[in-house]
Amino acid sequence: MTELTQAESLSTPNPSGDDEDIVERSLTSDAWRQLRRRPLFWICITIIFLLIIAAAFPSLIASGDPQLGDQRNNLQGPSREHWFGTDLLGRDQWTRVVHGARVSILIGFLVTIFAAVIALTFGSLAGYYGGLVDAVISRVADIWFALPTVLGGIVLLQVFERRNIWTVSLVLVVFGWPTMLRLVRSAVISVRGADYIDAARALGASDRRIITRHILPNALTPLIVYMAITFGVIIAAEAVLTFIGVGLRKPAVSWGLIISDSRGRIQTHAYLLWMPGAILSMAVFSFILLGDLLRDAFDPRQR
Amino acid sequence: MGRYILRRLVQLVPVFFGATFLIFAMVFALPGDPIRALAGERGAQSPAVREALQEEYNLNDPLLVQYGKYVGGLAQGDFGANFRGREVSEIIKQRVPVTARLALVAFTFEILIGIAAGILAGIRQRGFFDSLVLASTLTVISIPIFVLGFLAQITFGLRLGIFPVAGIKQGWISYILPGLVLGSVSLAYVARLTRSALVDNLGADYVRTATAKGLKRPRVVGVHAMRNSLIPVVTYLGIDLGALLGGAIVTESVFNIPGLGGAVFDGVIRQEGTTVVGLTTFIILVYMFMTLLVDILYAVLDPRIRYD
Repeated sequence: MTELTQAESLSTPNPSGDDEDIVERSLTSDAWRQLRRRPLFWICITIIFLLIIAAAFPSLIASGDPQLGDQRNNLQGPSREHWFGTDLLGRDQWTRVVHGARVSILIGFLVTIFAAVIALTFGSLAGYYGGLVDAVISRVADIWFALPTVLGGIVLLQVFERRNIWTVSLVLVVFGWPTMLRLVRSAVISVRGADYIDAARALGASDRRIITRHILPNALTPLIVYMAITFGVIIAAEAVLTFIGVGLRKPAVSWGLIISDSRGRIQTHAYLLWMPGAILSMAVFSFILLGDLLRDAFDPRQR
Repeated sequence: MGRYILRRLVQLVPVFFGATFLIFAMVFALPGDPIRALAGERGAQSPAVREALQEEYNLNDPLLVQYGKYVGGLAQGDFGANFRGREVSEIIKQRVPVTARLALVAFTFEILIGIAAGILAGIRQRGFFDSLVLASTLTVISIPIFVLGFLAQITFGLRLGIFPVAGIKQGWISYILPGLVLGSVSLAYVARLTRSALVDNLGADYVRTATAKGLKRPRVVGVHAMRNSLIPVVTYLGIDLGALLGGAIVTESVFNIPGLGGAVFDGVIRQEGTTVVGLTTFIILVYMFMTLLVDILYAVLDPRIRYD
């Protein structure tokens, strides 16, 4: 046992171990150097930053109360006082849209993180051990994958008496993890047979150490790219579920609810639809584009 | 090849049972009293009626037994009946043509516009058209489908008055707008997929060889590069067709189209468990069949795939 620990501690200053570190670092810094030069990257970052501010401190951006309306001023078009106009109850749409960011960002965050944790855990187990472990995990993933998200989401959400950020997130995680799992699994499989993995094993590293220190870093880049894209897709998915009527319920303030409220009035008051719709689409756009830019930057073939 | 198909089929068996059982269990857990839905307020109060109905719909059995009986019926082509005595297979028969028509329109748009845009973008990488296609596809992907549906209704239905706003009363023309909306996201993916596959292949050695031996550009792109570039696109299109045929809950709701998606949604809202389970089973079957077909097609198209 002491020999093993020695071997492991020796392997750290070992030049061959360092080599791999340098390659890793230079890929990241290369990617960063490339990203830094692209204006689109900074636009995405700015929009995402503003969304996070709106989610955390909505009153910094819109001072009004999203629930309080002035009935005499209902259904007013966009104006200097009401940038996005007012809704049927005379509430300021801009304030409501700003306050609605919290739900989208929170759900996007929860779903992306939880799905990634599940995918990393089971994807690395399936990819590393193969055989029966892989068969069981992959089939379970296939089962969930065979159910369309919206369809399964409707049925599952109908089961819950209470619909809130947590239940909606849970449903989206449940139907979202299989794709991420496949991503991690195939990344793990692609490096499982590499010589440096054999070397680490020969040096006596445990399975746990091999997976977490040597294999998973390879899966991390594609996963982070996919997480950025998923974040955008999840924001849209929440709005869709809420729009169909199985997501969040009033008096919650969410983009899906604000947009579905406009449903009967799009002919006469189109601004009720397209202004919140534009903000929602812009949010989704930023996350997906960020994912695309990250992929371009981290994919050495592109350079 | 035969063994490959067989192995794929065997892999699908647990997926089928797992997925249908999941839906079965979820529907079983739905709140609400099925007897009340079956017999109405008055009937539910009579113990005799209650018992008869519970017997007829196997509501007294434990979940697994109920599922077993359901699968037994399924093997004989029986998708179950809804709570008003209507066969689910009858609902399927009525709704599938509508959904199939919508899917066909969406699919046509995906193939025609998606592949054409992808080729035009891919043959001149980083050109004007390439940037245009990349930006517009990303925009389409980012707009949630119900917002896109509403925008299409306002613009083409109400303002311009070219297409009917909702419903299917006017025949094929009523399917064009919803079909375009339904296919829009996949259209964008098809365009991007075609583009990136074409860009990859245009840089390949065999394309340089083809150019070097004096072939004309249209032949190099259209025959040599496209044949390989279409492999991932065909795969995507196949799986997408499976998803399209399963009905489109959101699009059907926005455009008021009586397809499969709408039927499932109504079933969930009315808490008609048997309808939901029956329709979902059908949708899963269609989807799995298409996935299998794509796997086989993939192996046929790409000889590099090993069959064992």
